[in-house]
Amino acid sequence: MHIFLLILKRDLRLAFRRWNELATSLLFFIIIASLFPLASSPEISQLRDYGGAVLWISALLSSLLALDGLFRTDAEDGSMEQLVLSPAPLGVIVLAKITAHWIVSGVPLLLVAPLLALSFYLPLEALPVFIAAIALATPILSVLAAIGAALTVTLRGGGAIIGLLMLPMMVPVLVFGTWATEAAVQGDNPNGALLLLASLAILSVSLGPLAAAGAVKVAME
Amino acid sequence: MGFMHWFYSLASPPHVYRLAGRACPWFAGLAGVFLVAGAYGGLVLAPADYLQGDGFRIIYVHVPSAYLGMLAYVLMATSAAIGFIWRMKMAHGLAVSAAPLGAWFTFLALVTGGIWGKPMWGTYWQWADARLMSELMLLFLFLGYIVLRESFDDREKADRISAILAVVGVINVPIIHYSVEWWSTLHQGPTIAKLDEPSITMDMLIPLLFMLIGFTAFFGWLLCKRLQGEILNREKRTRWVQELIRGASA
Repeated sequence: MHIFLLILKRDLRLAFRRWNELATSLLFFIIIASLFPLASSPEISQLRDYGGAVLWISALLSSLLALDGLFRTDAEDGSMEQLVLSPAPLGVIVLAKITAHWIVSGVPLLLVAPLLALSFYLPLEALPVFIAAIALATPILSVLAAIGAALTVTLRGGGAIIGLLMLPMMVPVLVFGTWATEAAVQGDNPNGALLLLASLAILSVSLGPLAAAGAVKVAME
Repeated sequence: MGFMHWFYSLASPPHVYRLAGRACPWFAGLAGVFLVAGAYGGLVLAPADYLQGDGFRIIYVHVPSAYLGMLAYVLMATSAAIGFIWRMKMAHGLAVSAAPLGAWFTFLALVTGGIWGKPMWGTYWQWADARLMSELMLLFLFLGYIVLRESFDDREKADRISAILAVVGVINVPIIHYSVEWWSTLHQGPTIAKLDEPSITMDMLIPLLFMLIGFTAFFGWLLCKRLQGEILNREKRTRWVQELIRGASA
């Protein structure tokens, strides 16, 4: 079997055995989103104004949390060293790991986000655009968070640093994502923002794993 | 001989140390001349702007700092990449020396932008301004680089890992910049005084060019000094550094 599928299967199996970790990042997403109405006001007009922003920021933060341990457990039990030593290209292995993580953290987010969006009174017509934007954005966020996780894999308190390193780089996703959502809510054409998100997704998925693989290789030296 | 010989000679710490030492006075002299001339031209000779009065004169500090922040990031990422690819410690040394300078210039650009903003916008900080926002993100990128470096005990590992971050960052800088620019055109608030592209006159422009050259030379001078310090720190166990120190203290 191809190395990509092998790693994907292995990581998915491991992930489902530690389902509590999966649930954590998803719950984190839901909890952050539900804190905003408490911090501001629950009026319908206001919720509608900032609902999109809240969901996007929650998605950014929960993606950082979800991928924090992407390489750490493998690095600690020594299997990462074996993967680095294997003749297969490390970029492909890293891409498989990111894909597995996206399936277990990005896809549930994709399912829950529309429900939360409705609870923030996002109009039903805007929902397909919002889902499309989230679907394009979560791979970018996963790749960026994976680069952060790879850079900090041998550091003890990795989590907080990842936010500092990677949140500024997530700004374009936030801008284009909220732009698409807002355009859809106001009945404007959201295609521009969606296409920009799609091109960012292609860019990050094709180059990002190489950067993450380089960082893992250095960290394992 | 030729280019490759010159390139490989840059891998030798004592050689780079002497090179930086020789470049220092040139940069310092250039910076002195152009900064004094530019400041005189900008603060005394240039006429007051008919819209902004004397307030516009802060561009003679603001624009060069903003430009140097960007330049420092590109320089840092380029030399970090060279260091990563050819395993050149001196290139990593240059990247490390450039990072705090770039962060300070970016910070300076933000502060002078805020001071300029007070008479122009009526507020020190304008979230809707794309340039301020992308400078802020650049500052975060610099700080992230510095913090990541500092978290590693092993210098070689810090060099190589932070090089990857710098390269990922430099690819992202234009994307962040343009996304923020588009974002601000979407949210153009009524509070922003929409100034047209200033039709800058020659007697305003020439001092600005002088200040740009002066600031760049000043940056070059600081960079050489920092690079020398970085080399001494990295090579403190070698004989040539210890002889140098002994010679200096004797």
